[in-house]
Amino acid sequence: MLLDFITEAQAIQLAVVFPLLGGLLVLWMGERNRNLREAASLITAVLEFAVVASLTSEVLDGARPSVDLFEMLPGLTVTLTVEPLGQLFALIASGLWIVNTVYSIGYMRENNEANQTRFYVCFTIAISAAVGIAYAGNLLTLFLFYEMLTISTYPLVTHSGKVEAIRGGRVYLGILMATSIGFLFLAMLWTYNLTGTLDFVEGGILAGVVQGPELAVLMFLYMFGIGKAALMPVHRWLPAAMVAPTPVSALLHAVAVVKAGVFSVVKVIVYIFGLDLLTEAQSDDWLLFIAGFTIISASIIALRQDNLKRRLAYSTVSQLSYVILATAILAPISVAGAVMHIAAHAFGKITLFFAAGSIYTAAHKTEVSQLDGIGKRMPWTMTAFAIGALSMIGLPPTAGFISKWYILSGALETGEAFAILVIIASTLLNAGYFLPVIYAAFFKDEKPRGEDDPYHKYDNHGEAPVAVVAALSFTALGTIMLFFYPDVPLALGRALVGG
Amino acid sequence: MSGAEMTSDPWLILLVVVPLLAAPVCVMLRSAGGAWSVATAVSWAVFAIAVKLLITVLDQGEVVYRIGGWDAPWGIEYKLDALGAFVVVIVTAIGALVFPYAKRSVEKEIRGDRIYLFYAMLLLCLSGLLGITVTGDAFNLFVFLEISSLSSYVLISLGQDRRALTAAFRYLIMGTIGATFYIIGVGLMYQMTGTLNIADLKTIMPAVVDTRTVHAAMAFLTVGISLKLALFPLHLWLPNAYTFAPSAVTAFLAATATKVSAYVLLRILFTLFGDVDLFEAFPLREILIAMALAAMFLASLSAIWQENIKRMMAYSSIAQIGYIVLGIALATETGLTGGIVHMFNHALMKGAAFMSIGAIVFATGAVTLKQLEGIGKRMPLTMAAFVIAGLGLIGIPMTPGFISKWQLVTAALELDMWPLAALILLSSLLAVIYVWRVFEVAYLREPAIVAHKPAEVPLSMLIPIWTLALAGLYFGANATFTLNVAHTAARSLMGGL
Repeated sequence: MLLDFITEAQAIQLAVVFPLLGGLLVLWMGERNRNLREAASLITAVLEFAVVASLTSEVLDGARPSVDLFEMLPGLTVTLTVEPLGQLFALIASGLWIVNTVYSIGYMRENNEANQTRFYVCFTIAISAAVGIAYAGNLLTLFLFYEMLTISTYPLVTHSGKVEAIRGGRVYLGILMATSIGFLFLAMLWTYNLTGTLDFVEGGILAGVVQGPELAVLMFLYMFGIGKAALMPVHRWLPAAMVAPTPVSALLHAVAVVKAGVFSVVKVIVYIFGLDLLTEAQSDDWLLFIAGFTIISASIIALRQDNLKRRLAYSTVSQLSYVILATAILAPISVAGAVMHIAAHAFGKITLFFAAGSIYTAAHKTEVSQLDGIGKRMPWTMTAFAIGALSMIGLPPTAGFISKWYILSGALETGEAFAILVIIASTLLNAGYFLPVIYAAFFKDEKPRGEDDPYHKYDNHGEAPVAVVAALSFTALGTIMLFFYPDVPLALGRALVGG
Repeated sequence: MSGAEMTSDPWLILLVVVPLLAAPVCVMLRSAGGAWSVATAVSWAVFAIAVKLLITVLDQGEVVYRIGGWDAPWGIEYKLDALGAFVVVIVTAIGALVFPYAKRSVEKEIRGDRIYLFYAMLLLCLSGLLGITVTGDAFNLFVFLEISSLSSYVLISLGQDRRALTAAFRYLIMGTIGATFYIIGVGLMYQMTGTLNIADLKTIMPAVVDTRTVHAAMAFLTVGISLKLALFPLHLWLPNAYTFAPSAVTAFLAATATKVSAYVLLRILFTLFGDVDLFEAFPLREILIAMALAAMFLASLSAIWQENIKRMMAYSSIAQIGYIVLGIALATETGLTGGIVHMFNHALMKGAAFMSIGAIVFATGAVTLKQLEGIGKRMPLTMAAFVIAGLGLIGIPMTPGFISKWQLVTAALELDMWPLAALILLSSLLAVIYVWRVFEVAYLREPAIVAHKPAEVPLSMLIPIWTLALAGLYFGANATFTLNVAHTAARSLMGGL
């Protein structure tokens, strides 16, 4: 333990409760003292990461510390268990939360957003929910925190209160609630009815109790029930949520929400179904195709978006299905690659969103076509953007290369020609929608906006505020560091599949 | 089981008599403050009695009191089993919270010289509801049914809006039809069996069940009580009554009256006809499921279109009654447990919802969605409680609604009724829509009147509201106790004890 004065059980509980306490502190500070309020957010984030990180070494040593919180239903407790996959997700969420908080402070102040206290409080609840999902010891706990994450992020998505924000919020909430209550809840109850347990067990709990078409239906309920994983056609909430302020987009796309989705997918496949059961039953082929379809079509849609944030959103939809595809290949090495890809995408995508927000803050530009020559005015931002983009494409020296490598190895090992084709095609598509942005930013000449453009006064801009630039430089650096030092995520990924 | 061996538990009669006698005391006091003090003290006292009785029942089984020392079936017998004790605790707990809450709310909504009468009526209503629950006599049940009904007509008519009068009148007509149907049913039963004691009726029933008279009696009883229960399509009285009644009355009735009616329905179907295979002989399950589903969907759809938040919650109540009836209709242990536990859970959630609406009415007079714009900023504490209640209506985990839904869907799955399981979940998505309409206007719209300071309500209202909301969160996170009680009740109804 890094923190010797608390026990493991306390550390696990603290990891979930601590952000909430921080949230209360933020609420108490309120608008009266904004500096103290922001300090409270930041300190909470740092301490939270310390608590989460303190559990890493033990998990790598093979320990699975667990603690029961309370008994919700007779025989069903809300339990937190730390295992490799969850530990990785918790590390990503709490680590990127620090960066995101720094960025938020810069962004929210510079743009004079209203209701900032509500914003920071909801953020803390969302992080608590994300860590809760990460450490969920059974499906009930996962579902509980999954819904908590949906509800706590709704006020963030609709933060501005404008008509389009409310409309976006409806799509966001509607799809996530409809899928989780309509499908996931049903799947969970069905599982419980079949097996009498909802625990995450290595090797799965469904082997021998369900087969054939029923297994496929159950699989369907789970995969589309986890709407946060954004498989087509339930991906629409993700572009709809683009109305949110940029730090929220970063939270959705990198820190917590979509990661919670794919994390839950991997967790359900590995710990509820079990790789062996699915390999035998062959009933997840459709998942491979849906994931492949989502990767390709989301990339094609991204290619046609002029709005930078929407382009990034569709890129996320496509990248998430990489994780699902990798898991559906069912080879241990590709599952490890899926885990790695969760980390790689988190760092890359948060960098890209930070960059988009940075451009908006400094230049008030939102469209790709406006970005000609912006690299000269914002060299830090655009360099970071380029690094994030390279990671999305999967080129060295970025983290995305490593995860793609592992996924491809898995596909080659099992001879999934379809998966290999999808990965190659999508790499080309990714390059197709990211490289032109980088090219335009650095090599084209700037086109000033006309006098009648209300934002034309921002044309003579420089870099965004220091907090924003520092945050995005840090995550860009992280993307590269993950290429050279992928040990921790890879070790956790291997521990997951017992390699 | 002869009466002589069983001891009479005097607490059982006190439960009914104390509020019944306190009502005239309120009238004699003729002062608002005095009547309130007496009524509140009584409501707490009966809550304490109810808790004591629940403990006794869980400990030792059924509790009995023979009025005047006459053994049943000659005398009237009061009887409390796990189900009854559970309902009694629900009713008295809500009572104990509504009376303190009512003080300020009523001062604002009801003319000063009528307030003492209001408390007298509310006490009568309380004692009527408790009487229905504890009595073991079918005719005595009718008497208490009338006591609670008549007093609730008066209570509803006390509403500020003049439409309260027509609402009360409509309820009076419908309620009287329901009560009449019930008493006709009891009369037919008496004709066939010569007894009014429910336990006695139960033992005689197998011998006479195949007669047309008993069939007719059953139809009259079921329809009559369904009217009081506001089971779709007999719910027409409910929306207006809840909308125009004084806030405290709506909170009280919504949380208790329909639950007691559901209790009577359970008694009729599973105790009175307990020795007869009713669900085999009649397509009762199909009929009740159809009505429950209609309530869940049509009432929820109506709720979505309401602009008046009280009326929205009233339609939501009809939908939630559908869940209770659905659990009853499944007629399995799991299903009944779900229905029974939902009585409790819904009482918590709807009580909290109507009380927070009452608080908003108290502080701002707002009832339509338009008037509620930005209310979340002006009344943060009240609205936060409403949010908890709203999430409970949807059935988000950690709220009691989740527990009910868990239980009901499990029951449907056990019977392999897949479409039903899906429909239950689908209907809770409708709840998402109407609840979120309120959240949107309350939090995301700017207040119409700017520069308003926070306008929170006095603590005497906030504390009851938050007691319910926190109780909701507690029983949502830890449902072992409620589910165990409900399960015990369900098992004894199914004849497993």
